Amino acid sequence: MTILLGRRHVIQGFACIGVTAAMLPCCGGYWMRASAAARDFSLGEIADGIYAFAGVYELMAPANQGAICNLGLIVGNDAVALIDSGGSIKEGQEFLAAVRWITAKPIRYLINTHMHPDHIFGNAVFREAGATIVGHHNLPRALEARGSYYLQSYREQLGDELMKGIEIIPPTVLVDDRLELDLGGRSLELRAWKPAHTDNDLTVFDKATRTLFAGDLVFMSHLPTLDGSLLGWMRQMSELAAVDAARVVPGHGPASAGWPDALQPEQHYFELLAADLRKSIAAGVPLSEAVKTAGQSARDGWSLFDEFNGRNATAGYAELEWE
Amino acid sequence: MSDSSHIVRRTTLRNTAAALLLAVAAIGGFASLTRAETADAPSNETWNSLKTDVFANRPIKDNEGLISIEAPRRAQDAALVPVDIRIDPAKAPNGVKAITLIIDVNPSPVAATFKFGDNSGVTHFSTRVRVNDYSFVRAIAETQDGQLYMTETFVKASGGCSAPAVKNQDEAKATMGQMKLRQFAAKDSIDGRSPELQLMIRHPNNSGLQRDPQTQLFIPPHFIHELSVMQGDRKIFSMESGISISEDPNFRFNYHPDGKNPIRVEATDTDGNKFQDQWPLETAKL
Repeated sequence: MTILLGRRHVIQGFACIGVTAAMLPCCGGYWMRASAAARDFSLGEIADGIYAFAGVYELMAPANQGAICNLGLIVGNDAVALIDSGGSIKEGQEFLAAVRWITAKPIRYLINTHMHPDHIFGNAVFREAGATIVGHHNLPRALEARGSYYLQSYREQLGDELMKGIEIIPPTVLVDDRLELDLGGRSLELRAWKPAHTDNDLTVFDKATRTLFAGDLVFMSHLPTLDGSLLGWMRQMSELAAVDAARVVPGHGPASAGWPDALQPEQHYFELLAADLRKSIAAGVPLSEAVKTAGQSARDGWSLFDEFNGRNATAGYAELEWE
Repeated sequence: MSDSSHIVRRTTLRNTAAALLLAVAAIGGFASLTRAETADAPSNETWNSLKTDVFANRPIKDNEGLISIEAPRRAQDAALVPVDIRIDPAKAPNGVKAITLIIDVNPSPVAATFKFGDNSGVTHFSTRVRVNDYSFVRAIAETQDGQLYMTETFVKASGGCSAPAVKNQDEAKATMGQMKLRQFAAKDSIDGRSPELQLMIRHPNNSGLQRDPQTQLFIPPHFIHELSVMQGDRKIFSMESGISISEDPNFRFNYHPDGKNPIRVEATDTDGNKFQDQWPLETAKL
């Protein structure tokens, strides 16, 4: 559906909001933005009534406005639900504008898939828009422990301008195990997972189109990052694969991918990483040495490998040495 | 409370003030300097004001090869930075009495003081620490005749103390106090000459530097502050420590085994919990 003309994007059926450049309407139903410098905010329809935005494979930075993770919109008969709010107020506002381009229905729910700043820093925008915020039962506790650290440490990374208005806003509706949400003729099944990417991972399944919003339980192209439990993530992989979905919106990766094939790259990475770490631990190779080589053979095909593999290996070693 | 706990408290206060000043200075106009130009200045400044608190006016000599330290130049995970300390047996034939580990810019810079038993045989010691910012990590050895020797290495890290290190809070609560001991035969040890032990203790070792967003109060620190490792009744080492030792404290060291007595470990945390365990000596691992 998207045709790329050099850096010029011609997009059909997308809500495409320019960051700085004005939007030029052209040729009925098509929108074209003729700015090479600015970033697009494209919310594309991936299934009937399901839209997704794909973040860039970068660290959060002023240039990308923190827009590094995937976001979703699900449109019911009466209301809509959003999946994650983005990494800044600016991104949240662009997301909201894109949603409003598509539908005028009330935003009933904002579902946070987990605690990380790229997924929750835009929350204030949607609280103001009247959304009820929904999250994993562990999310309030995680935000309590980490919220002030996020606000402080990301100020350095994102700058004062982009940090403006960002608040840590915990969910008010919590998911213990499963929860069904109704948007009018459209039922969403939310599921709280055991510690994996974090200890507050939540997925959203749209029954009508069999679309799974996996949050950061699924990474594609962007190297997975570990902030929960490597063993927990690996153990729940088969349960995750068993979700009867036709497609997935990963937390990082393309806007939509086939299911469960989308799991294969990260599964392969975890297996190699864990095998390397277990071998080092058994041989008595200390952490400082083991992390230099662990997982390196899985490098191909991943963005941000050097940014995150050493950290994953460190966390994985500290976890696996207790096996 | 022992003398060194007192020192930790005093330096905490002093350094918190220093950190605040630095933060204000950074906001106030030094922000245009690049990180590289300013990287080690705050650390050295802190050390200069700190050393008399910790070591009174005792002279601290350059290490002269007696002690060396290794840590990654850039931390992969600031809450889990491996540190390796080595004593040269040729320069200290009877070992050292104590090693103090200092991380200049941490809110409580004295990470730990390790005191070694007579003839413990410890010449290599590694652990994992939190490093809050770009900082020197220093090891100061006290020899048997009371001389102090220092070595240091620079680590680029950020947020190791204020970052909530616990990734899996339910598991951390459920397993607190569990211990594991690994024994390595001389041939499988890091130096290849003497047997090694690796002691692992499950503990969140909370730094107490996370703020509750609702109340803005600091979540109270909770960490292991006393530890002793014995073979039978003979001390291998004891430790007094602050908030800078990583979650799930982990120590690996070589030693001189003496007889067949078991290895015994006792630890106490700041809530007054006592944890103990013991393991028979694996004679195949000597």
